Amino acid sequence: MALLEVNDLDVRFAVRGGDLKALRGISFSLDKGERLGLVGESGAGKSVAAFSILNLIAKPGYIAGGQILFEGRDLAAMSERELRGIRGNRIAMIFQDPMMTLNPVLTIGTQMVEAIQAHRKISKKEARKIALDRLQKVQIPSPEKRLDQYPHELSGGMRQRVIIAIALLLDPEIIIADEPTTALDVTIQAEIMALLLDLCEQENVALMLITHDLGVVSQVTQRMLVMYSGRIIEQGPTREIINDAQHPYTQGLINALPQMGEPGERLFQIPGSMPSLKNVPTGCPFHPRCHFATEQCKQAMPEYVRSGNVNVACYEVANLIEQEKRMQEAES
Amino acid sequence: MTTATVSRWDRFRESFFWYSFKRDKIAILSTLVLLLMVLAAIFAPWLAPTDPYDLAQINIMNSELPPVGLDGADAAFPLGTDAQGRDLLSTILYGTRVSLLIGFGAVLLQGALGILFGLLAGYLGGKVDAVLMRIADVQLSFSTLMVAIIVGAVFKASFGNLMFGEIAIYMLIFIIGVAEWPQIARTVRASVLAEKKKEYVDAAKVMGFGTGRIMFRHILPNTLSPIFVIATVQIANAIISEAALSFLGLGMPETQPSLGSLIKSGFDYIQSGSWWITLIPGLVLVVLVLVINLLGDWLRDVMNPRLYKG
Amino acid sequence: MLAFLVQRISQALLVMFVISVIAFAIQDGLGDPLQQMVGMSVSQQERDAIREELGLNDPLPVQYLRFAGNAIQGDLGDSYFYSKPTLDVILEHLPATLELVIGASLIIIVFSVPIGVYSAIRPQAWLSKFFMGVSTVGISIPVFLTAIVLIQLFSIGVTVDWFPSDTGWGQWLNGALSTDGGLPSYGRGEELTHLFGTWYSGFFSTGGLMHLILPAVSLASIMLPLFIRLIRAEMMEVLQSDYIRYARAKGLSAGRINFLHALKNTMLPVITVGGVQIGIMVAYTILTETVFQWPGVGLMFLEAITRSDIPLIVAYLMVVGLIFVITNTVVDLIYGLVNPTVKLTGKKA
Repeated sequence: MALLEVNDLDVRFAVRGGDLKALRGISFSLDKGERLGLVGESGAGKSVAAFSILNLIAKPGYIAGGQILFEGRDLAAMSERELRGIRGNRIAMIFQDPMMTLNPVLTIGTQMVEAIQAHRKISKKEARKIALDRLQKVQIPSPEKRLDQYPHELSGGMRQRVIIAIALLLDPEIIIADEPTTALDVTIQAEIMALLLDLCEQENVALMLITHDLGVVSQVTQRMLVMYSGRIIEQGPTREIINDAQHPYTQGLINALPQMGEPGERLFQIPGSMPSLKNVPTGCPFHPRCHFATEQCKQAMPEYVRSGNVNVACYEVANLIEQEKRMQEAES
Repeated sequence: MTTATVSRWDRFRESFFWYSFKRDKIAILSTLVLLLMVLAAIFAPWLAPTDPYDLAQINIMNSELPPVGLDGADAAFPLGTDAQGRDLLSTILYGTRVSLLIGFGAVLLQGALGILFGLLAGYLGGKVDAVLMRIADVQLSFSTLMVAIIVGAVFKASFGNLMFGEIAIYMLIFIIGVAEWPQIARTVRASVLAEKKKEYVDAAKVMGFGTGRIMFRHILPNTLSPIFVIATVQIANAIISEAALSFLGLGMPETQPSLGSLIKSGFDYIQSGSWWITLIPGLVLVVLVLVINLLGDWLRDVMNPRLYKG
Repeated sequence: MLAFLVQRISQALLVMFVISVIAFAIQDGLGDPLQQMVGMSVSQQERDAIREELGLNDPLPVQYLRFAGNAIQGDLGDSYFYSKPTLDVILEHLPATLELVIGASLIIIVFSVPIGVYSAIRPQAWLSKFFMGVSTVGISIPVFLTAIVLIQLFSIGVTVDWFPSDTGWGQWLNGALSTDGGLPSYGRGEELTHLFGTWYSGFFSTGGLMHLILPAVSLASIMLPLFIRLIRAEMMEVLQSDYIRYARAKGLSAGRINFLHALKNTMLPVITVGGVQIGIMVAYTILTETVFQWPGVGLMFLEAITRSDIPLIVAYLMVVGLIFVITNTVVDLIYGLVNPTVKLTGKKA
């Protein structure tokens, strides 16, 4: 059994004049110690997916259907009280902007100790000891001093180290990291990412990494999902997808990477932009931007087909596989 | 000409403004009540049964009659009479007129001052901005009411009671207008700072327009909606300030009463049981201020402007 | 820290200077000390001699410097009416006003924080909507009118006989809508305790406290709605922030999130605005004291105006100005100390 199994998750935003469907029946799983990447443009639903796992979607968002099974228990059906026991304890989160994540008026120590004491009945002194240990783990210089400092006294990179330390406080099973490096200086992005990767490997923590950076995904994760307009359109082993993307959208994303082109050549661009939640096209949401779009694509959402170890939702890919099969049958 | 007005009217009827107005019962009710009170105030000389300024119409024998429905009431005085025997309905109609006049007048004055200083501070920046906003800060920290009371006290002491009574309306408009300008100035400044960064201002500069023209013809029209919202609330504040000053004896004299001075003169008789002389004008004042405040709240929600915070 | 302190204090001194110039201008423009000192019968020559002696013929800057010099030494002249130093008159009246302000502040703090926080956490609850409705109405009622209504209800009393008194429910409704009255609404009463100097306190006797109830509630009534709205608005904004969501992601209890993480961030701006409101409260004490004949500085000031007691008016301006400047400066300093993100340079980090 997978550590985390998301089945057919539906998330909606209740706004005037009806619901907006932010996630439309997404399913994926995460094994113990596995590192999974969630990729897509902004607005694709990556962050909503990340936040909905611990039911932390900002209002007016709500989980409209589906299951989120963590060790077999459905988080979507849990009471707030039960969920609180899991948040930060079994599943920890790392937010995008470390400047906004830490409470400006509480010391680092307070914010670490309270996280421990919310889940363990131990003294403040012991809690501080744990906090200190984690600060050492994330290689913060003079960690003891940091405990009594306020967030604004630390640099952005240091704050994100503190956030990582907080995530590790209670030895969680899963860390969900929502674009943990985008708000940081480019020079320290790699440093923080490497630290996160190291610690996850060391502690055998499963990592769910939300990012729009395919480079990071290919270096850090073992499996990846590509999201588009609230749906997963392709998922499978990272290496396979990066080397041989099946879905036209994923292909477009990879071709748009600078390192894929020749120096001096114009970068590839996917024409058009992702539809907003207010007017999602019928059928495959990518069809208005897709070179291979046919009448079929406008009618209904394609089913997932398997190509190698990768699951893809695309009629074109399905047709190709079908053809191959027929050719093989004809040959034999 | 008619076609232009028709299309403008149509555009208004299709606007978000009108749409949200139609849906908001409180806004509709407030507008109706306010309209009713303004009309009653304007047409007070025709509506009022008696002229409270005319001593010949007053009979001291009629003093302290209760409103209709209580023992000893006289049907000729539906809301009762005050201690001098004046018909309360008439004095309230005239009083509302005075209160509204001062309220609107004071807001016009502070609007003019506030827009001018706000534009100067926001557009010119630098030392002009620093000095003007420092003055505004200090004045606001002293509270506008305090400033109005002090200025009123000084004026009263220098003009003497009689003279002050004669020019009280203008004095009050001046005092409240001067005391409250920082509110509007800060709002204007805030929106000017936001507008200044926009491209059309650069374009106007490049085209060689002068500072004054850019400020008044280009920036000002774009800051009107926050000014409109704050001016509405300021009318309510001005009416309250006027009432407070009159209540303290620094405002309208009893011979030409506003709602505030009616409340003041009635207050002396509350212990003798004649509550209506002070509480009925009080109720009218509260309703007037409340509907204006409710309209202000609604306008703020609809226009959602960048108001100065804090 | 030192730079911040110096900056704030020099600012305060500048404001005090402006106030003293205004006060001096009022005194110079309105008060003719000769008229008060000597009668009509004195000859013009004698008058001129006294003018010269008093230094009234000196250039204005010299006169101002003398005025300011005396003021710094605590000499703000003698009151015409009381015939004694104005500062003594003010000090006699100040405790009454301070007790009124303290009483009102207690009411404001005790009610505004829980109501503001509650209506921010549960904006849709009917109780929150009720509180917001009441505070909108509250803002629209001038403080003196609240005072008058309170006097009518709880001092004079209201007898309702709208319902038939020969039925049980009629009697009950009449009784429920009627009020007894009886609360004092005039002055501070007789039972005052002498603390020190000119401070006689009403806090230590039932009679003194009874006299304080209506004035303090009236004064609080105008500020309470403002504070409720302010706390609610700030708290709702804070609750939207990332660090609150992060606190939830850490699995903290709702109590800790609302009352530590959110409230602490809410109260910082409230402190600054609250400091400014103290100034506004002084203005409202004039109104409240007038209605209740409360023997504080507000009533004293108003009486000084009707009596054209110029030195007392000027002294009041100086003292109130000083109180404003001190509270504002202290509030700024406290804000700097409480808020770790202000690096005490006067600017938010």
